[in-house]
Amino acid sequence: MRHRLILALGAILLAGKAQAADMMRMAVTTSFHNSGLSDVLLPAIREDLGLEVQLLVVGTGQALKLGQAGDVDAILVHSRAAEEAFVAEGHGTHRREIMYNDFVLIGPDDDPAGLSQAADVLQGLRRIAGAEATFVSRGDLSGTHNRELDLWAAADLEPEGFGRWYNAVGAGMGAALNTASGMGAYILSDRASWLNFGNKGNLVMLHSGDPFLFNQYAYLPVNPDRHRHVKHDLALRLEHWMTGERARDLINGHMIDGQMLFVFNATDPG
Amino acid sequence: MVDLWQGLSQAFWLVITADETLVEIALRSLRITLSALVLACLIALPLAAFLAVRRFRYRRFVIAVLNALMGLPPVVVGLVVYILLSRSGPLGALGLLFTPTAMIIAQMIIIVPLIASIAHQSLRDLWHDYHDLLISMNVTQTQKMMTLLWDARRALLTAALAGFGRGIGEVGAIMIVGGNIDNVTRVLTTAIALETGKGQFSLALALGFVLIALALAVNLAIHGLSRTEREGRW
Amino acid sequence: MVSAVFPLKVSGALTRHKGKVLVGPVDLELDGAGTCVVLGPNGSGKTTLLRMLHGIARLHGGTINWACGTEAARNAQAFVFQQPVMLRRSVLDNLIYPLRLRGVPRHEARQKAGEWAARAGLTGMLEREATVLSGGERQKLALARALMGDPALVFLDEPSASLDGRATREIEEILTTSSAAGTRFILATHDMGQARRLASRVIFLLAGKVHESGPAEAFFAGPITPEARAFLKGDIVE
Repeated sequence: MRHRLILALGAILLAGKAQAADMMRMAVTTSFHNSGLSDVLLPAIREDLGLEVQLLVVGTGQALKLGQAGDVDAILVHSRAAEEAFVAEGHGTHRREIMYNDFVLIGPDDDPAGLSQAADVLQGLRRIAGAEATFVSRGDLSGTHNRELDLWAAADLEPEGFGRWYNAVGAGMGAALNTASGMGAYILSDRASWLNFGNKGNLVMLHSGDPFLFNQYAYLPVNPDRHRHVKHDLALRLEHWMTGERARDLINGHMIDGQMLFVFNATDPG
Repeated sequence: MVDLWQGLSQAFWLVITADETLVEIALRSLRITLSALVLACLIALPLAAFLAVRRFRYRRFVIAVLNALMGLPPVVVGLVVYILLSRSGPLGALGLLFTPTAMIIAQMIIIVPLIASIAHQSLRDLWHDYHDLLISMNVTQTQKMMTLLWDARRALLTAALAGFGRGIGEVGAIMIVGGNIDNVTRVLTTAIALETGKGQFSLALALGFVLIALALAVNLAIHGLSRTEREGRW
Repeated sequence: MVSAVFPLKVSGALTRHKGKVLVGPVDLELDGAGTCVVLGPNGSGKTTLLRMLHGIARLHGGTINWACGTEAARNAQAFVFQQPVMLRRSVLDNLIYPLRLRGVPRHEARQKAGEWAARAGLTGMLEREATVLSGGERQKLALARALMGDPALVFLDEPSASLDGRATREIEEILTTSSAAGTRFILATHDMGQARRLASRVIFLLAGKVHESGPAEAFFAGPITPEARAFLKGDIVE
């Protein structure tokens, strides 16, 4: 009896899964993963390139950190200033724009701040602040959080001076949306995360389509001069594919509820 | 309440249809935690026996440290292991970050103090019983430790199961060092965290129920096997 | 090996606990023939004397010299405690434990355990957990386990203190048979009848010191000291 237990144990422990020949790691943002686009792109990449891309789904801040430490081979994020600094400091070889999506402002359906009547997003934010309506902020230095801070600044408002209506939860998009749903709060989200979010409660989308809210994604291979083990050749192969026709068709064709999520805008390498 | 019910029924269907992804994730959870458990026992049990039979100057201190480490937040363990295994960390050359091995290491660190501490309690009591006899028989240190470990095996099983419970339900550390990569390092707990993040509560709950069922099954299986041995006291 | 343990020479042996002398200084010579009974009132230090001689109570002064040397003597001895320590294993596994420690093959040890179980009246209990045995069964098992390793000398601390007449008789039968076969015993008891039945030599202990020591017949016929005389009569001696 005991021998059988040990055998079963051994079988479980040893039953590892064979890895594909080529494997690379890419850190991506939650918004990219939550959109479901990765589920479309990864199988196609495996098919076309024989390349297994392992995704680490994190915030932009952590993705940049992973690249800095050499723990991933490439990153796909959306925070332009941070990306340019990343390349300038020599952590990445270059920055390649791939596609963009947009942010949307979410809030309770009774819209106490009157956000839906605002002329543009900046006026909308001023209305929320003026009404001191409950607002949930990611507060995790992610791309979305950085964009939110930029927007407040553009609206001449300073989040540090906000009262208790402003809640920085320090969490990922999903957790922040869960919090907003529970509190009936306003929140800035990327469109994909919002559409795929399953716990909407009384939240609705109140503002979108503003050019201020466009969100550029860029691909940055990690610098092999800094980290010799980095699979730079694979990262370049992936970049070539990500900027090619198959990727364009898949990205532009990816929809949720009939809404297009991403717009492919990669340019030919110059 | 609706979510709970949906979770239960979704769990039921996932299990009944032997959903391929679910089976894979569940087996990976089991594999990682059992590996960590076996390794942790190999360290913790001899350590506990050593602490029970040997008197040395810093013994009390070591025991106090073990007890304190039981309350170690997994996230901290995860962070430390992450920093050690990161490519820019001291053990970066091993390339272990974001692999199941890294998760096994983190879980092992979390459960060793727990197992050692519980095991030490029961071994100490047993040593109190056995002390005169074994000293009289002039047994070696190794024989002492082996005798205690063998005769306390049921209590040690409880210690190991406590370790298993803590390991299989752990999410903070393995999320950090494993990275929750689909098909590679995604286990039940990190999948639950992921689905919760997507607001997919019923799926998250379903996975939670599967996790509980798995833990229960392992406990029953091991207790069942140990009880076939003989009459005796627990 | 068996004959080499004795003679035993003890001089000035002393053991303390928290600064207080429990036993000693003890001067003693034993050639070890037959069974030596340690007599004395409660608290006179019988248990401590046995433990000191066996080497499991710390010696704080004096010397204990076995003919074959301390380490060899220790391995040729066994100790049966007043509250026998049962390993949390089956009766069989308890019996073979001392042999397995010495690397005796399992089948060989089992065969011998079968013989000893029969002599101790434990046949049919071999598969039971030792911890569920009755007091008498425990005492018999502890004795059989001690004798399994063919020791030259066995210490027995109050072997029948809490047993009924039948169990006591069974134990004494084993002792008599083994003694006839050459095993020596040093036995502490305050059961005067048991002492008279088993002793070939008596050590009378009082307040941690050897008060009187000599051949059993002479001691029981006419103790020299007034305290020993009073003890034999059944008076309270302190």
